[in-house]
Amino acid sequence: MKNIFIPLITIIGILLSLTTVSAGLIWLERRLLALWQDRYGPNRVGPFGLFQVIADMIKIFAKEDWVPPFADRAVFILAPAIIMIAVLMSFAVIPFAPAIEVVNLDIGLLFFLAMSSLSIYSLALSGWASNSKYSLLGALRGAAQMLSYEVFMGLSLMGVVIVSGSFNMRAIVEAQRDTWFFIPQFPGFIIFFISGLAETHRLPFDLPEAENELVAGYHTEYSGIKFGMFFVGEYLGITLISALITTLFFGGWLGPVLPPVVWFLLKTLLFICVFILLRASLPRIRFDRLMSFGWKVILPLSLLNVAITGAIVLLWS
Amino acid sequence: MEQIFFYIFSILAIISAVMVVSVRNAVHSAFYLIVCFLQVAAIFILLRAPFLAAVQVFVYVGAVMVLFLFAVMVLDIGKEQFKEHLHTQAIPAIVTVIALFATMGYLVSQGRITVPLGKFTEEALSKNTEVIGKSLFTQYIFPFEVVSLLLLIALVGAIVLVLKEKKGKQA
Repeated sequence: MKNIFIPLITIIGILLSLTTVSAGLIWLERRLLALWQDRYGPNRVGPFGLFQVIADMIKIFAKEDWVPPFADRAVFILAPAIIMIAVLMSFAVIPFAPAIEVVNLDIGLLFFLAMSSLSIYSLALSGWASNSKYSLLGALRGAAQMLSYEVFMGLSLMGVVIVSGSFNMRAIVEAQRDTWFFIPQFPGFIIFFISGLAETHRLPFDLPEAENELVAGYHTEYSGIKFGMFFVGEYLGITLISALITTLFFGGWLGPVLPPVVWFLLKTLLFICVFILLRASLPRIRFDRLMSFGWKVILPLSLLNVAITGAIVLLWS
Repeated sequence: MEQIFFYIFSILAIISAVMVVSVRNAVHSAFYLIVCFLQVAAIFILLRAPFLAAVQVFVYVGAVMVLFLFAVMVLDIGKEQFKEHLHTQAIPAIVTVIALFATMGYLVSQGRITVPLGKFTEEALSKNTEVIGKSLFTQYIFPFEVVSLLLLIALVGAIVLVLKEKKGKQA
């Protein structure tokens, strides 16, 4: 057992800071939305309303943990845990800095895709277990949407894999020393961004929880800490997608002067803010439009991107 | 160490596989099948095939089982619960299972399907993806293409079935 402590400390540190950061994002999002929509937002508790998150968390933890009598108990309890597990596991392969990483997997990118594909179960199972029509409708939408956009997400990343010649996240970052991949892989970046929005079911793609049609979609029946897990899971998902955009298309920790971790965090924060800005500015689209847009526009585009990238790499080498 | 993990994963896999066929709720049984697939993925890692493990999770757990679950949820089989357990397929199923076990037992006892595993090093793991890719597109290109063709036929078949149904509704 050599040096089991350093990885353990890294894992615990990353887990703690991730959950704290994503809880803090709730505050950031509400403040930014308020700013863009010309409102105040939460500004009462503590400086700039910063303690609002703590107050919310105390409320969520202290609330009665209620399981509806008509629900399928075991699955109902399991479902919110799956999204947290799936998203947090994905963070294992993300290199925050040259020295800060849980595990340097050679199949890092595939590991991320595999783990992110698990978070569908959270939606599908919670909607089914709730035994309510709104939840089931939300779950069906969510499963169809995430399953489709997962395909495009995987395909859009293949361009990056072809250019860098590796599934390893560290190797992908190192390959961007000269040019960040969003320049040669611009279509891939756009497709990844759109499918990232759909995967985390954020506005304009938040159809699984469209509140004016489905109450609250798949988590209608949830309350207390179980709802909190869905809620924080969503923000963890945004952080994950932003961190991946940073790693795969914007050079990860690379950058002048400032230490690598700071560069990584700054870039990630920028993309999180873009996610929030999109929520503030775009209306929700119709579900059939979402699906036909995916399969008729994004799929051909991402296939074309893979084919052209492959051809260019083959011709050059 | 490795053997302990192997036994943990395989025992869990067997238990969940038994649960798949014995549980009476279709969604629960789909869930146990997911657990079983995850154990198989873990065993792939023990066999020094991390690429296969990731693909197993990505394709089987992440896509195939979601579609299963989707169908089960839409058809609402969950509530009516299966009354019949073995239908009329019991006898052919038992014969097939016995034949499969006999073949596998024979091959194992002859030592034909045991391959010595190398050391569990980082190098052996990192070569895995490359080796699979190269052998798929050189040595095994023909079976690979045949399988892709089969999948394509299945896809076209599914679309044809859906189209027919739509025409029937309009008429």
